[in-house]
Amino acid sequence: MTVIGSDRVKRGMAQMQKNGVIMDVINAEQARIAEAAGAVAVMALERVPSDIRAAGGVARMADPTIVEEVMKSVSIPVMAKCRIGHIVEARILEAMAVDYIDESEVLTPADDKFHINKRDFTVPFVCGARDLGEALRRIAEGASMLRTKGEPGTGNIIEAVKHIRTMRAQIRKVTAMSEDELVAESKAIGAPYELLLEIHQTGELPVVNFAAGGVATPADAALMMELGSDGVFVGSGIFKSENPEKFARAVVEATMNFQDYDLLVRLSKDLGTPMKGIELSTLANNERMAERGW
Amino acid sequence: MQGAVREHADHLRRVGSEVVLVKHPEDLQVIDGLIIPGGESTTIGKLIRKYELYDGIRERIEDGMPVFGTCAGLILLAKKIEGSDEAHLAVMDTVVDRNSFGRQRESFEANLPISEIDGEAFPCVFIRAPHIVSAGSDVSVLATYGEKIVAARQGNRLATAFHPELSDDLRMHAYFLDMVRGSSQPD
Repeated sequence: MTVIGSDRVKRGMAQMQKNGVIMDVINAEQARIAEAAGAVAVMALERVPSDIRAAGGVARMADPTIVEEVMKSVSIPVMAKCRIGHIVEARILEAMAVDYIDESEVLTPADDKFHINKRDFTVPFVCGARDLGEALRRIAEGASMLRTKGEPGTGNIIEAVKHIRTMRAQIRKVTAMSEDELVAESKAIGAPYELLLEIHQTGELPVVNFAAGGVATPADAALMMELGSDGVFVGSGIFKSENPEKFARAVVEATMNFQDYDLLVRLSKDLGTPMKGIELSTLANNERMAERGW
Repeated sequence: MQGAVREHADHLRRVGSEVVLVKHPEDLQVIDGLIIPGGESTTIGKLIRKYELYDGIRERIEDGMPVFGTCAGLILLAKKIEGSDEAHLAVMDTVVDRNSFGRQRESFEANLPISEIDGEAFPCVFIRAPHIVSAGSDVSVLATYGEKIVAARQGNRLATAFHPELSDDLRMHAYFLDMVRGSSQPD
């Protein structure tokens, strides 16, 4: 009678995170700061994306010691990243009882053709997407939560904005289409027809969709909520800022109250220097993480 | 606030209730009943204090306004949380254990009979769910999973460890709406 790992249980976990902030952390101390600031979950990593960028080379799943240390230090859910297509890294994270796995383009992909068949797992997965076709391909593989890809580790919000706007516009378009246009649209954007039909009928994605990749200020977080995100991942932004505690609290409040502009004024004051950030035009195509996966 | 707010709002509308999202203390003055949703209890607990909702919510509950806490909400209502010195609203005579069914990997669905809810067993979705370890004599147990109490009521206070807002079954919300209608009738 008892069922584990159902879609409802896996997607439901992400529904509980809505209007919340998920923060990248690299040790127990940062995890506790994130929890104290009101994060709804933490992402346990060996390096934050901006350091992965700086270090170069092949980026892999974090050392399980770090993930376990973070899991022991907080009571909120703990997520961890595996490489795109790396079934075994995902199995290792599942065996450790991580609460959510991010099959992430921030790490170097392990498979250039196939993402993980996430339906095989009891633990839920979150995946990045740039548009509706990519989002629905990931859902078809069993992703229980989505996020924009943005451009991780840049502190530049432009790509995340592009991705959420693209998805929202495509959802509106599919909702307004007549049903006999859906098969052609399915072919055009590479999305499974059944999922497209579901969106046509409900007007929304069947899973929670967070913003990620470039959030560097409370205003950035509020912007992504304004554009229709269900919540926000903050990677390098928090612990690369001058005052992580204050910054983390400000992002949590800004996300929840993204249309309270008087509050946003207060939250934006005296935060110290945010992470420096990278202008996207200076990034070569092979340095763009969002281009990883398909 | 934070968590599965829209799912609850959808269910409430479907059973015929008006919905107000409570974000500020003044919002508490216009409502007849309150749902504290699933989400992260530590996050919600901090936010209700930060936005000065804490005293207002407690007062209204003590004055008899029906309240329904699901999952994180059940934790917020409890007078004691195991392994923690600090409770949140502490308006329900219960001791609760957080994440007592394990991590997300162990989260599950099960159909359970609930006393007070007629008909077939209720589809219960448990996500990193808490349970009620012990309850005072004023608290009636509505459902158990194994030995664990997963639904209970104490007068105007209703709590479930599972998420009725994630299933299509509207009976728990209809039951809560009956509680609200009962309490708002003039004596």
